[in-house]
Amino acid sequence: MHEPALHRSARPTLAVKALSKRFSMGEQTVEALRDVNLTIGKGEFVCLIGASGCGKSTLLRIIAGFETASAGSVEMYGLPIAAPGPERGMVFQDFALFPWLTVKENIAFGPRQRGLPQSKLDEVSARYTDMVGLTKFANYYPSQLSGGMKQRVAIARVLANDCEVLLMDEPFGALDALTREKLQQELLEIWERTKVTVIFVTHSVEEAVVLSDRVVVMTAGPGRIEHDARIHLPRPREVSAIDFNQVRRDITQRLTSHVGVKAIPAAA
Amino acid sequence: MERAVNEPVKAGGSLLPRLQRWLTPLIVPLILLAAWDICVRVTGTRLIPLPRDVAIMLYDFTFGGIYDDAFSKTIHIHFWKSVQRVYGGFFAAAAVGIPLGLLIGRIKLVRELIDPTLQILRPVPVTAWLPLSMIFFGLGPNAAIFLVFLGAFFPIVLNTTFGVRSVDHRLFEAASMLGCNGSSLFRQVVLPAATPSIFNGLRLGHGFAWILIVVGEMTGVPEGLGAVIMDGRTLSRTDLVISGMIVIGLAGFLSDRVIVAINNRLLAWSPQHHA
Ligand SMILES: Nc1ncnc2c1ncn2[C@@H]1O[C@H](COP(=O)(O)OP(=O)(O)OP(=O)(O)O)[C@@H](O)[C@H]1O
Ligand SMILES: [Mg+2]
Repeated sequence: MHEPALHRSARPTLAVKALSKRFSMGEQTVEALRDVNLTIGKGEFVCLIGASGCGKSTLLRIIAGFETASAGSVEMYGLPIAAPGPERGMVFQDFALFPWLTVKENIAFGPRQRGLPQSKLDEVSARYTDMVGLTKFANYYPSQLSGGMKQRVAIARVLANDCEVLLMDEPFGALDALTREKLQQELLEIWERTKVTVIFVTHSVEEAVVLSDRVVVMTAGPGRIEHDARIHLPRPREVSAIDFNQVRRDITQRLTSHVGVKAIPAAA
Repeated sequence: MERAVNEPVKAGGSLLPRLQRWLTPLIVPLILLAAWDICVRVTGTRLIPLPRDVAIMLYDFTFGGIYDDAFSKTIHIHFWKSVQRVYGGFFAAAAVGIPLGLLIGRIKLVRELIDPTLQILRPVPVTAWLPLSMIFFGLGPNAAIFLVFLGAFFPIVLNTTFGVRSVDHRLFEAASMLGCNGSSLFRQVVLPAATPSIFNGLRLGHGFAWILIVVGEMTGVPEGLGAVIMDGRTLSRTDLVISGMIVIGLAGFLSDRVIVAINNRLLAWSPQHHA
């Protein structure tokens, strides 16, 4: 069981400071993010939620180092982020596995870059292949795996590289409901075991409430943080529980209030 | 495990489907042979030999003992000469085309420097180079090898460039976050990602190589399958012409199967590239 207060007192792993991002395409400029501030503690599980186009992916990609900020900065342990690095591992919605490598070779890709000897590579990839339950499929190619299995490989691939922040952009969005639920549970188990910090983008309020310590609600035009809610529900969480539904309603309301749609009028 | 369950069933019913798989491709050639035979007999033409005569010629070409002329039992000489030229030109094209394609695909300056020239040269049919290649290399096999080289070069270089250019951008992001940069990015991501395309280029280029060897050998060389066809034409020996055509067809077909087998082996990860 996790005590959110503990996380709050921990020193921040990631600090997003006055971050703005503009994309210019010819004459047009899109303001994807404006003055976003966010501090995330070590080991926290944070969900980002918000309407399409509010800049969730952009924020994640700037943290990953794939995009540069127009203004402001992202700091990790107080040092500004300038480029992609192994301590921040992205899990893409479309997996982005290396199709010419087997499951275990994909997982060993990061460690291999650090020049570990083959015996060590085998050991690391075996450990993480086992962690995501794919030992039987270690020698399969990605094209021979189901979507859920591919996403497990993608998670193991960044964990095997000792990533401290797991950046997940709608990782389970392409999966069916059952697989999705299963992977959510597995992710929680991995998170509790490894104490990795997770930033997880989703469109599902339920998914956000099931998973996270903290739900950050964003709004569009320009993208900014609307609300930052701690989830105090004990784990494991039961989606049909009364207090779970209360929290879900609250967040749904936050999510829709700025659009002028009342979430569930009878409730609350 | 699924395999093990399926196997006995498959083995029990395998004879008929397997027979069918072997026989189906033979139907059209047999019909064509029959049509050829009938047409020659009905029209009574003397310009085209019967299939039977071509078969006899092929036998003599291979084993001798029937006509005992200049072509009897010489197939291996011509075949071997053509194979050497085809693969000389083809491997040279691969040796130049693959590295060049990689450079064009990866380095903007090289692309801007070379790509426009390639795009202008590409639509020129390779056969149009024949006169020039004979001026460059004189009468003889080198002109033929040069044609083969040109014919294989364009598909190889263009497909390699395409393969490099169309690597999924996310793979670069994934690689960079995993600590793979610079030259190891090229070796570990660009090259493997481009192999299916490179192989497509090799296969196409290989096909063109067999086409162009015949054109190349039609002038100025005494030996080679193209020379045999040309000799057949001059001597009005159509059975020899058709024999040459059949040997080229079979050689091209068989060597293509070899390329496909290598391709399937190297690219086991990519089921869509199994041909
Ligand atoms: N590379 C880019 N070039 C131009 N505009 C971009 C680029 N990437 C994102 N944008 C714009 O920035 C805004 C935010 O996009 P982003 O992808 O971050 O939204 P999102 O919250 O992830 O949406 P979704 O929930 O649909 O994934 C959008 O208006 C988008 O059009
Ligand atoms: Mg997005």
